Amino acid sequence: MKVVAQRPESLTDAPFHYCPGCTHGIIHRLVAECLDELNLREQAIGICPVGCAVLAYDYFNCDMLEAAHGRAPAIATGIKRLLPDRLVFTYQGDGDLASIGMGEIVHASGRGENITVIFVNNAIYGMTGGQMAPTTLLGQVTTTSPYGRTAEQAGYPLKMAELLAQNQGAAYICRTAVNNPANVMRTKKAIKKAFQTQMQAKGFSMVEILSTCPTNWGLSPLEALEWLEKNMIPYYPLGEFKVS
Amino acid sequence: MAKGRVTFRTERCKACELCVRFCPQQILSLNKTMINPLGYHPIAVVREEACNGCGICALMCPDLVITVERE
Ligand SMILES: Cc1ncc(C[n+]2csc(CCOP(=O)(O)OP(=O)(O)O)c2C)c(N)n1
Ligand code: SF4
Ligand code: SF4
Ligand code: SF4
Repeated sequence: MKVVAQRPESLTDAPFHYCPGCTHGIIHRLVAECLDELNLREQAIGICPVGCAVLAYDYFNCDMLEAAHGRAPAIATGIKRLLPDRLVFTYQGDGDLASIGMGEIVHASGRGENITVIFVNNAIYGMTGGQMAPTTLLGQVTTTSPYGRTAEQAGYPLKMAELLAQNQGAAYICRTAVNNPANVMRTKKAIKKAFQTQMQAKGFSMVEILSTCPTNWGLSPLEALEWLEKNMIPYYPLGEFKVS
Repeated sequence: MAKGRVTFRTERCKACELCVRFCPQQILSLNKTMINPLGYHPIAVVREEACNGCGICALMCPDLVITVERE
């Protein structure tokens, strides 16, 4: 028998601290598998967010840095400009990227920085206990929208992939999900394509990945996958928004 | 003879059952007679001979508990 699925070299052996069934773990593995398969581990530099993935530098077996909340695209910009031969990627949640980090991400994509953003959209602030994020859906109950988000009070959820795809500097923008095996495979393909976009120096690339937060959604891991499919995918359509 | 084989780092299993849900052969189940160091009932395979080595369980496991081998 030969091994067909095992731990990728681009992950350390440290166990993840994530909650049971949290799909941050799946996304970490996919990023690592892409680094392995494209033989990029030794030239990769990753930037961690503030959020549940704040400890990702313990997990990825490549050079890693920690950014202040939302500032990962700014750090990535500096590193990539100084070391253009490296593969530079950020890993960011929706609070990190679309709230406090909105300025950084919009301008990094606008400038066409040749970096890759792995954007994990779980429609909530996970780490801090489930507050409303800019991506929280209308009607969604969070600790800061206890009766459900309303457009009157909090406006509408932001569609980051569509928004950033408008920028001329954006070379590859895609939205995927990790709620079932087929979508996990598609997510891996998209991450690979984003890394290749950067290695071909085409410009800014981002994969927005719809992910679960069973703990703060108040659901079991399996219910959370269903909630993602029924509620998030209709509002956040999957697909490629920019390819060049 | 089974076409595939799954092995587990049971001490890392968090009992989320994502692998159980998507195994096409429906041969994975939590072992309710055991508790791992994390405090969960860990994953186990109930009909080893039916594993086809498809790898879907490992694809869905968020905690890299599962290694899959195939003929
Ligand atoms: C400057 C600053 N402001 C606020 C915080 C508090 N804080 C920590 S994580 C977080 C949001 C995390 O949510 P998200 O980016 O969606 O990631 P998740 O935890 O859901 O993966 C906030 C507001 C902080 N650490 N630093
Ligand atoms: S709080 Fe949510 S996002 Fe954070 S590890 Fe737990 S399930 Fe995942
Ligand atoms: S490899 Fe496929 S058949 Fe075997 S346990 Fe995993 S999901 Fe089931
Ligand atoms: S998916 Fe992984 S962590 Fe979840 S029950 Fe299966 S083996 Fe355990």
